[in-house]
Amino acid sequence: MTASSWLLVALPALGALILLLAGKRAKAWGHLLGTATVVLAFVYAVILFFSTAGNATENVNLYSWIPAGQLQVDFGLRIDALSLTFVLLITGVGMLIHFYSIGYMADDEGRYRFFAYLNLFVASMLILVLGNSFVTLYLGWEGVGLASYLLIGWYQNRPSAATAAKKAFLMNRVGDVGLALAIFLMFKYTGSTGYTQVFDGLTNGQIPPAAITAIAILLLLGACGKSGQFPLQAWLPDAMEGPTPVSALIHAATMVTAGVYLVARSNVIFSATPDGRLVVTLVGAVTLLIGCIVGCAYDDIKKVLAYSTVSQIGYMMLAVGLGPGIYALGIMHLVAHGFFKAGLFLGAGSVMHGMNDEVDMRKFGGLAKKMPITFVTFGLGYLALIGFPFLAGYYTKDAIIEAAFGQEGWRGWVFGLAGIIGAGLTAFYMTRLMMMTFFGKSRWKEIKSSDGRDFHPHESKPIMWIPMAILAIGSVGSGAFFAIGDRFENWLAPTVGAYHEAEHAPISAAAIPWLTLALALIGALLAVWIFRPGRDIPVERPQRVSWVVRAARNDLYGNALNETLVARPGTWLARALVYVDNRGVDGAVNGLAAALGGGSGRLRRLQTGFVRSYALSMLGGTFLLLAALLLVRFS
Amino acid sequence: MTWLLALILLPLVGSLVLAFLKGNDRAAIATALVVSIVEFLLIIPFWASYSPSGARIQQATSMDWIPTFGIHISFGTDGISLIMIAVIALLVPIVVGALGLTDKLPAGRSAGGFLSLILLQEAITIGVFAATDVFLFYVLFEIMLIPMYFLIGGYGGANRQYAAVKFFLYSFLGGLIMLASAIGAYSLASDKLGHGTFDWATLVTVVRDAPTGTQIWLFLGFFLAFAIKAPLVPFHTWLPDAAGQAPIGVAVLLVGVLDKVGTFGFLRYCLPMFPEASKALAPLVLVLSVIGVIYGSILAAGQSDMKRFIAYVSIAHFGFISLGIFAFNEQAMIGSVSYMLNHSLSTGMLIVVVGLIVMRGGSTRISDYGGMAKVTPLLGGMLLIAGLSALSLPGTNSFVSEFLVLIGSFVTQPVYTIIATVGMVLAAAYVLWLYQRIMQGPVRGDALIGVGGGPGTAIAPELGAKKAIKDLGGREIAILAPMVILIIGLGFYPKPVLDTITPSVQATLSAVQGGK
Amino acid sequence: MTPSYYLLLSALLFSIGAVGVLVRRNAIVVFMCVELMLNAVNLSLVTFARINGGLDGQVMAFFVMVVAAAEVVVGLAIIMSIFRTRRSASVDDTNLLKY
Repeated sequence: MTASSWLLVALPALGALILLLAGKRAKAWGHLLGTATVVLAFVYAVILFFSTAGNATENVNLYSWIPAGQLQVDFGLRIDALSLTFVLLITGVGMLIHFYSIGYMADDEGRYRFFAYLNLFVASMLILVLGNSFVTLYLGWEGVGLASYLLIGWYQNRPSAATAAKKAFLMNRVGDVGLALAIFLMFKYTGSTGYTQVFDGLTNGQIPPAAITAIAILLLLGACGKSGQFPLQAWLPDAMEGPTPVSALIHAATMVTAGVYLVARSNVIFSATPDGRLVVTLVGAVTLLIGCIVGCAYDDIKKVLAYSTVSQIGYMMLAVGLGPGIYALGIMHLVAHGFFKAGLFLGAGSVMHGMNDEVDMRKFGGLAKKMPITFVTFGLGYLALIGFPFLAGYYTKDAIIEAAFGQEGWRGWVFGLAGIIGAGLTAFYMTRLMMMTFFGKSRWKEIKSSDGRDFHPHESKPIMWIPMAILAIGSVGSGAFFAIGDRFENWLAPTVGAYHEAEHAPISAAAIPWLTLALALIGALLAVWIFRPGRDIPVERPQRVSWVVRAARNDLYGNALNETLVARPGTWLARALVYVDNRGVDGAVNGLAAALGGGSGRLRRLQTGFVRSYALSMLGGTFLLLAALLLVRFS
Repeated sequence: MTWLLALILLPLVGSLVLAFLKGNDRAAIATALVVSIVEFLLIIPFWASYSPSGARIQQATSMDWIPTFGIHISFGTDGISLIMIAVIALLVPIVVGALGLTDKLPAGRSAGGFLSLILLQEAITIGVFAATDVFLFYVLFEIMLIPMYFLIGGYGGANRQYAAVKFFLYSFLGGLIMLASAIGAYSLASDKLGHGTFDWATLVTVVRDAPTGTQIWLFLGFFLAFAIKAPLVPFHTWLPDAAGQAPIGVAVLLVGVLDKVGTFGFLRYCLPMFPEASKALAPLVLVLSVIGVIYGSILAAGQSDMKRFIAYVSIAHFGFISLGIFAFNEQAMIGSVSYMLNHSLSTGMLIVVVGLIVMRGGSTRISDYGGMAKVTPLLGGMLLIAGLSALSLPGTNSFVSEFLVLIGSFVTQPVYTIIATVGMVLAAAYVLWLYQRIMQGPVRGDALIGVGGGPGTAIAPELGAKKAIKDLGGREIAILAPMVILIIGLGFYPKPVLDTITPSVQATLSAVQGGK
Repeated sequence: MTPSYYLLLSALLFSIGAVGVLVRRNAIVVFMCVELMLNAVNLSLVTFARINGGLDGQVMAFFVMVVAAAEVVVGLAIIMSIFRTRRSASVDDTNLLKY
């Protein structure tokens, strides 16, 4: 069964290929083919899941990819619990979002191309998680980057979309350099890039400790780029320029969690370097707070969700950084987050679909009655995210916070508190989003959309709400299903190590869930009170706000920092160097040519055209020659 | 007669025939197409008859030329030459087929003359890669300039005379210095053996034992010629002018093939003949390479002209190639050799696509374009594929080479490699920025033929831009398809190429490391 | 009579010829001065042949005479055609071939 696992990748890749080659001819059936390949892949993944029963770790080497003397990179797949978890998530959520997109993109004349890109993404993402070496992972890693670039820039005639796409690719590339350098280090010390060989080399002591830490931090840089973690988080909110299904699939459920996958996959490396892990947890903690704070200030529904994603991935990073035994918690939150965040984004897309593609929550309000199904599914996702008891987030997020408190010394306090404050803030901004969108006055009644039409909110078609409903069920049930009896941890134990509970909790372990719940409740109630239905919410964004809000609206000045540190000096340097090259380097060459030309211009004045002056110079020359000869002769 | 000789003679004959077909453009194009395609098909038995595990130089033929000085006309091939010859044979049919699609001939010029020069260029360039006599190599190295000089100077853009003369003088100067070094090597050999020879295989064994001081001087002579050709910073300024002024097809050959003679020369002549000097001067070359990567990338981002943009992209890529050669590591050198092939493919495609864009828009200035992908989605896709290959996205051919260069260089030269990886980010920046400016954003009317609106006006697609410029036609797709297939195919299955070059690279490397 | 007198005469004739070429403008005169120089050289060649007792110099003199004769033919033809077009035999008037 595992031997033909390449079909998993081949199916969506083939779909993408056919759709791209067929072009406009695929207009009628492109979306069906694109969806069919992913459905087949999902079915195959389910069969694979049941046939392996999760215990096998199998390497399937397909062919020799890059044979170069000592370095032999095989194109191979690794089937184990971790990769299967991701395969199920990717094909499952991917399948639902393909269905959703059939409805969402129905009016777009390039729908067939959209499905080609989606298929390309699914194929790349599967290579990323299935590859059995860091180079195959890198192939998928940049492949999903390409798909993400193409889909963010889907509305390519919008300059903002084109710029956002480019920004996403570039910031990812910065992270990719880290990943590449980590691979180079692994090759230098172990002579290989395969997971098995590298991890064996590490356990055999082939890699010096300093190099292990370096590898870990470089891998983390790669993870930060892909997962929108601090300091490379700025691209993710901009990526919301893409169509909403893309935001749901790529920028919420799957691709952006690849960084977490990378850390979990390299758990052998991270387990060997406490310093490296500390950096991972710090990055996670800082990011989760940044995401929460900024999320509170935005009025753009998709950007709030994007920052929520940034912050939730921060939780996952925090978890996988906490070290041996806790990797599984990060993955568990990742899967649960895949359900509820994808559901939330699809819900947001449904709202936008009914509201002339408007994203400003200030123009929404009171939509619960107009879109009951969207409201219910979105609401369930919301409850799962803020950790409402017995829904998904309650099990997965709380487990991470508990584990964070379980660290030794100051770390327990710092990371635990970051987690718990994050939980409160999450409840606040998500409740604010709910209140502004679904409750209160119907502010859209008095205004027109930017293209001058009236708003006529309506419920979406079944092809769109059925995937939302399925994801809502996942958001409700997945946490309990995974967590009860440590089912998920045991399933992943062969690949990421056995799970063990934290021991050093500074406050009673039993109190933590209550504390988290209390803070979340405070956050939610605060939001309900501020955005209570009776209160006026101005349609225009108030400009007279405190410095905290202003900073948050500016992404805590992350973009400004990038602009001043990288973009502007870069443009300036390019201009300066063009000048240097034209005037300096080329100028020297042209200057030499000009000097030669000028010199010969002077010399040619000697050619007067008078025969007698030539005769004189010949005579003079002869005398000189004779004189020279005589001198040599007689001296 | 070996396949190799057939490969050299066929385009030569074709060139002669074409010279007499000046009046009839259609017949000339048809003849050139047939000759170049047959030439390409000849590659198949040529490659098949090469055995990677066999002798260092295969398919050798030799005859006396100037016996007094031990000069022979001798040809032969190793894996590296083979790959380069295959690239030429692949690119020439594309160049011939693209005539009229990527650029029009100047008024009053016949296709026969142009194509005759192209085929002559093909024959001489194959000869350069196949020559196994140092003097013959020198002669062909210089003769190679002549058709190129006329191709740029006779068929190029507005400033073609300046560019052609600059190209000629630069390369010729380098060649003369190389001649001095070659004569030096000859006299070393005649001192030692009692009779002089220019035979490469003999010279290698003799010169490598010379004292390091002597080697360094001789090395520098060869190195300068190749560094100008390759071009390494700071000997690069001829390339943007030459590539910017040359017609598209000629630019493909210039950047795709002629430049590779430089890096090929490093591998074939500099390293095995002067191992001690190579080792002693490697830091210098590495510094130049890394500067080339960064400097070329930044300058590419700063260009406002598409053709000059490609020239600077090439300069950055050549930085990677020479980094891999002078890192003296197996993977790095394999990477460099495959980079020579892959750069030809990706840059060749980039140039052809730019030619197609320029034919539609009538301008090489990037700022004259915008939003083209809306009107010509296929052309947009092609530019993106070529661009992604230029930025070495995994799954394209260039990734394999760049990855091998960097991973190998990292083992021996970590510092230079880390600096060079910055080039990866810069590559993404300049490629995507170019793509954004030409293909994305609002559709602009002023550069699109037959569409109204003054400079800088944005026009909506429904105003008829769709009618004004067409997307790719059948012939254009036929030209691009082989390159697309190879770019992606070699990205996923580079084994045939890597297996062919690996033994030759290992031989070169052991020649360096097995020095005194 | 010692051969040195012949050499002196040769030197004198050569100098007169050389000065004549340099100072005179008329092409015919310049031409005759060139002939004078050639014959001065002939004289010295013959003299040296006599001193050394060999025939080489005398043979050389014949060669010079032949060349001089041929040169006269070509040279006078050029002067004739210049004179026909320009109505002047001054060498300073024909200065078009210059920078």
